[in-house]
Amino acid sequence: MARALINVPAKPKRGEIIEIKTLMSHPMETGFRPGMDGQLIPRDIIEKFVCTYNGEVVFSALLHPAITANPFISFTTIATESGTLVFSWTDNKGETQVQTASIQVE
Amino acid sequence: MNTTRRQFTLLAAGASIALMTPAHATPEKMQLAIDAFTGGKPVKEGRVKLDISLLVENGNSVPLNVLVDSPMTKDNHVTRIGLFNEKNPLPDVAIFNLTPRSGRAQIATRMRLNDTQFITAIAEMSDGTFFSAKSEVIVTMPACVEE
Repeated sequence: MARALINVPAKPKRGEIIEIKTLMSHPMETGFRPGMDGQLIPRDIIEKFVCTYNGEVVFSALLHPAITANPFISFTTIATESGTLVFSWTDNKGETQVQTASIQVE
Repeated sequence: MNTTRRQFTLLAAGASIALMTPAHATPEKMQLAIDAFTGGKPVKEGRVKLDISLLVENGNSVPLNVLVDSPMTKDNHVTRIGLFNEKNPLPDVAIFNLTPRSGRAQIATRMRLNDTQFITAIAEMSDGTFFSAKSEVIVTMPACVEE
């Protein structure tokens, strides 16, 4: 897989609700489209997205082929303490890509 | 047994009708997907706000935003938000799992639309009730057609 863009507010206040935006580079091939040779292109989609905040799962999502290529997911969480956010995307072949972002709570 | 010309014609007509049955989701299939999500429990309208364009030119990437009216406390929060469609190849779009640590029941994503259709968003509350909102989107150029 490839790289992801993650947007986490730089210095949120303690207790503030922050919006986290993620954009993962991925074709999200549906498995319904024929390729140049007339054969269906095999399905290749991200099925699961998980975000943990200092080890605790704060958000997760199950995706289907109706989500666009380069899936964009935005969600909110409460800035409780400084630490690490770990984002993981798992595709239908079981491959997982992990990215982390640090958060500094004032 | 020899096939007469009449039998053959009928057979061919039947086969072509069978081939024309839609290979995509239908409102009935969407209802089945919703029932699988809710476990057959009743769904009330309201509390959910589904923000999506009324008319899009390109169905390949349609942004949408779901906001659910909920205090998001430990005892009263949104646990899941499901998105469903009527006319894409599959009725499911995505399911988002929220926690009290979400702070606000709000998600945004981008989806593919194969045709002009209704999109339904359903929220499951922590007390096991379901609320929904739906919105029709007119698509002038659908997804899933180009290379």
